[in-house]
Amino acid sequence: MSTIFGIPTPALYGQILIGLINGSFYAMLSLGLAVIFGLLRVINFTHGAQYMLGAFAAYLLLTYAGISYWPSLVLAPLLVGAVAIVIERFMLRRLYGLDPLYGLLLTFGLALIFEGAFRHWFGAAGKPYAPPAQLTGALNLGFMFMPIYRGWVVAASLFVCLGTWLLIEKTRLGAYLRAATENATLVQAFGVNVPLLLTLTYGLGAALAALAGVLAAPIYQVSPLMGSNLIIVVFAVVVVGGMGSILGAIVTGYVLGVLEGLTKVFYPEASSIVIFVIMAIVLLVRPAGLFGREE
Amino acid sequence: MSNAPLLEVRGLNAWYGESHVLHGVDLDIREGETVTLLGRNGAGKTTTLRAIMGILRRREGVIRLRDKDLLALPLHKVAQAGIGYVPEERGIFASLTVAENLTLPPNVSDGGMSIDEIYTLFPNLHERRSSQGTKLSGGEQQMLAIARILRTGAKIILLDEPTEGLAPVIVQRIGDVLIALKERGMTILLVEQNFRFARKVADRFYLMEDGRMVNSFPGHELDARMDELHEVLGV
Repeated sequence: MSTIFGIPTPALYGQILIGLINGSFYAMLSLGLAVIFGLLRVINFTHGAQYMLGAFAAYLLLTYAGISYWPSLVLAPLLVGAVAIVIERFMLRRLYGLDPLYGLLLTFGLALIFEGAFRHWFGAAGKPYAPPAQLTGALNLGFMFMPIYRGWVVAASLFVCLGTWLLIEKTRLGAYLRAATENATLVQAFGVNVPLLLTLTYGLGAALAALAGVLAAPIYQVSPLMGSNLIIVVFAVVVVGGMGSILGAIVTGYVLGVLEGLTKVFYPEASSIVIFVIMAIVLLVRPAGLFGREE
Repeated sequence: MSNAPLLEVRGLNAWYGESHVLHGVDLDIREGETVTLLGRNGAGKTTTLRAIMGILRRREGVIRLRDKDLLALPLHKVAQAGIGYVPEERGIFASLTVAENLTLPPNVSDGGMSIDEIYTLFPNLHERRSSQGTKLSGGEQQMLAIARILRTGAKIILLDEPTEGLAPVIVQRIGDVLIALKERGMTILLVEQNFRFARKVADRFYLMEDGRMVNSFPGHELDARMDELHEVLGV
């Protein structure tokens, strides 16, 4: 069996793939967090719960309505996005302009409520969610076997990240969003309905989290705490990428996912802390993050 | 040109938090007029523009554009009613290109300048349309801040110290642009410290002191009133 630095290559490739999968979720989740933070200046602690709600929405749609994976990929983000819009309209909106701590407390409290409620109704144990029939099985890549569903997740997340990036960087709506991130008052004084833009942005961020949740459902089990396990790492990714930086969130998500996978191969003891070590170093050297603008 | 004012401000009071900064300001601008607010730093000129625009929210009194009450409108509806704003700090966005900055403000009515007309009037902006907005020189940023309002079809433009900190040759260029706008019938409310610049474009002057309008006079009386102005403005 061939080896690299004494590591069997199938193990190495396997961990890189796991790293890419984790990185896909880091990227999609930190992207939503970065967009929300950039415009609303809210650190959305509900993000992990919104990811969990996306996965549960897919599970419930399948279990109680017989709606399969593919429609859920659209329906679950719409449902979670709609809930997020209600949250923004009736709660979050009242906190703009106050100390950011209030937004953090509100979103953290909401996350606890969502997770607590789902644990009450469904228990803490994970629920299995089968991947769609079209995506089962594995592909022989020559150097390794890749489960087709995992390849799909990496491709879908790249597609979603690229799409979101294009929406923000290349469209008129995105120009409003970028400008309002710099100076919301002036953009509104030009006649743009900024309060509506804030609502839509929060809805879009939550919908992205929910989409990640649906993609995750067949890989990780659907459980009320699936988001809270992930969200702390995702916050570290956002900090490393630079708060509010879209490109930073995407690139850092994948890179840290792969680095975490490689650490599992070369020094498994450090694999669960490597991202936080990197975060600490980045904060020391570049406090605004790798892609952040110093203010 | 009708006699009813296009923009009418009556008894405008405004507050920054607890501090009362405008005291019963009255102001009229007729269609096609260029009106200049003079006054020392801190006299309330910029605050008057911000209060009319609705950026400063705590206000009492009357602000009417034609027959529309602007005081009751949320901020984004004021621009839609036909007022364009060029802030003192210019407000060019760093994360947008020059072309994106130019097309950012939504159209508020027909009759704005086309992109081609704007690029003819400001050839520099055309050359640098793909640059980051804030990479432009100060003068070019000022041109961009004015140009992006001209595109929207706003009926009246609020211009806050467009010549501040710019070289004389650029100031001259901005003067030419304002004169060209006047000829097109644009209504302009200008805040300006540089009255050598203002005299070339203004039809009327208002003089502000401590958040109050203390005087107003037509443009041709400026020379006769120089002594009085020197006293109030302390220049």
